[in-house]
Amino acid sequence: MSIRRILIANRGEIAVRVIRTCKALGIETVLAASEADLDSLPARLADRTLCIGPARPAESYLKTETVVQAALSAEADAIHPGYGFLSERAALARLCEEEGLNFIGPTSAQIKAVGDKLHARAEAAAGEVPVAPGGAAETLGEAMAVGRDIGVPLLIKAVGGGGGRGMKRVDRLEDLPHALELAAAEAGAAFGDARVYLERYVAHGRHVEVQVLGDGKGEVIHLGERDCSVQRRYQKLIEETPAPRLSESLRDRILEAGVRFAKRLQYRSAGTVEFLLDAERDAFYFLEMNARIQVEHAVTEAVTGIDLVAEQIAIAEGRGLRLSQDEVLFEGCAMECRINAEDPARDFQPGPGMVRTAVWPAGEGVRVDTHIVSGSYIPPFYDSLLAKIIAHGPDRPSALKRLRQAIASTRVEGLSTNLAFHAEVLADPEFERGGVETSFLARFLERRPLPLET
Amino acid sequence: MTLTAKDVAEIMRLLEESHFESLSLEINGVKLNLQRGSAARVPPAPESGSPTVASTPATRHPTPKSKPPSEPGLTDVSSPLLGVFYGAPKPGEPPFVQVGTKVNADTVVGIIEVMKLMNSVRAGVAGEVVEILGENGALVEYGEILLRVRPEAVK
Repeated sequence: MSIRRILIANRGEIAVRVIRTCKALGIETVLAASEADLDSLPARLADRTLCIGPARPAESYLKTETVVQAALSAEADAIHPGYGFLSERAALARLCEEEGLNFIGPTSAQIKAVGDKLHARAEAAAGEVPVAPGGAAETLGEAMAVGRDIGVPLLIKAVGGGGGRGMKRVDRLEDLPHALELAAAEAGAAFGDARVYLERYVAHGRHVEVQVLGDGKGEVIHLGERDCSVQRRYQKLIEETPAPRLSESLRDRILEAGVRFAKRLQYRSAGTVEFLLDAERDAFYFLEMNARIQVEHAVTEAVTGIDLVAEQIAIAEGRGLRLSQDEVLFEGCAMECRINAEDPARDFQPGPGMVRTAVWPAGEGVRVDTHIVSGSYIPPFYDSLLAKIIAHGPDRPSALKRLRQAIASTRVEGLSTNLAFHAEVLADPEFERGGVETSFLARFLERRPLPLET
Repeated sequence: MTLTAKDVAEIMRLLEESHFESLSLEINGVKLNLQRGSAARVPPAPESGSPTVASTPATRHPTPKSKPPSEPGLTDVSSPLLGVFYGAPKPGEPPFVQVGTKVNADTVVGIIEVMKLMNSVRAGVAGEVVEILGENGALVEYGEILLRVRPEAVK
């Protein structure tokens, strides 16, 4: 089941990233691109580019049948979905299964199982993976009972949501009925699934996630954890591994829980089990599983030396896990900044446009994953991620120093970016100390003097 | 030693990946002449470190496969989606249109199949079919030109 040609159903930096590994492995690449991306770097790097539709994602990147037709017509053996778009739509994995195409990811059943957040929560609980106090809220009566049980503040979450989307915080129980109605309506509109559930709100939480690799037959290993607590409105901005200021015993418990959850599903491919670490209670709770390669996978690659995309491909080829847990060695610390085309002075509003000049950093331990070169155009239809700048060092201070230097030597001209903002965060003493909570960035923004210019 | 079809395919692949335009090979009296097609050349990737300026999107389309029109003033009928093009309703049946066929905006000129779902393509313009570019049973991309029509003079 050796893969000779892969269709990449994605764009941007992750398409470039997948092409890079394919080239190293001697695998041909076919890029399924929208009309807006025909001139992009991945389109230039791929062996072949097929235009699958107009710029709007709903008419191109989100069309399951068109993507599969393109793969079949181009005689690709496999589809790599990247992240976002169709990566966690069970329909694409299922259609691949039906058409004899190799889907580089989990099975459609696994995608479905973790896509339903309430189902995933129940799986976690059944596998004795800790979940935050909470439960289903299908009726108002049920919701009020759960609400009284777990107390306030609490979070209303969408069953079909994830990644922090569709969440609502409730501080008083009497506000629950109204908030519930609103959340259900929003969830229905955003995810096509109006079901919601409740969970205790953890005030002093850190976002710690476990990278796993599974062979689909019950073997699962972990590649360590990542701390992604530097977030703005649940969108990750800076990620690092290992998680700083974490006791070895707690780290081991989290890693073990992540592996246990994936094992229960007989998970196949690369995946991430996300946890909320309650710093006050020395406890952690299962949040969700992401059944795909993640944006921040590069920090894990830096400290383990493992090419996660290559492992995804090997697993898809049926070659199983090529490493045992003992063979995964961790070296030093790695940290990543997500460089976005957004304006911190205008509430981080994303801004499309032309990149006049792009000069990316280089140097020892520095890696840049990007699809942006001077002259690149940022279309308004997609996310604003321009690049990921990753620094690796023997320890956290050296990785941080390298990342600061890398950010300082990066130049992106022609549009607004969050580069200067990253420099400020990296210089912050609290961040430097390490182990900040998810509330850190909001507080940082409040105490930060307003910038005079951007 | 003889050349098998698999060998030829492998040699073609090597040529595709090389910088050469053509290749001549002689093994035990078997001569093989390969020439790289002019169609669908992938522009070279920019070298890292040396910034390049991307060409403007307007110059990118039409797709590399399209050839220049045979006469000025023709209207392109492009594929509304990626899929497999069929010029006839069923195999063996006469095509929807031929060179010389008069069409109006609603005339069905072909079918695009996407995962067994048949989508009819309409001319979108009134006039006479001058060129047919879509190849029966072949993959067409979104925006690829299927045929060209000499528009009817407005009365």
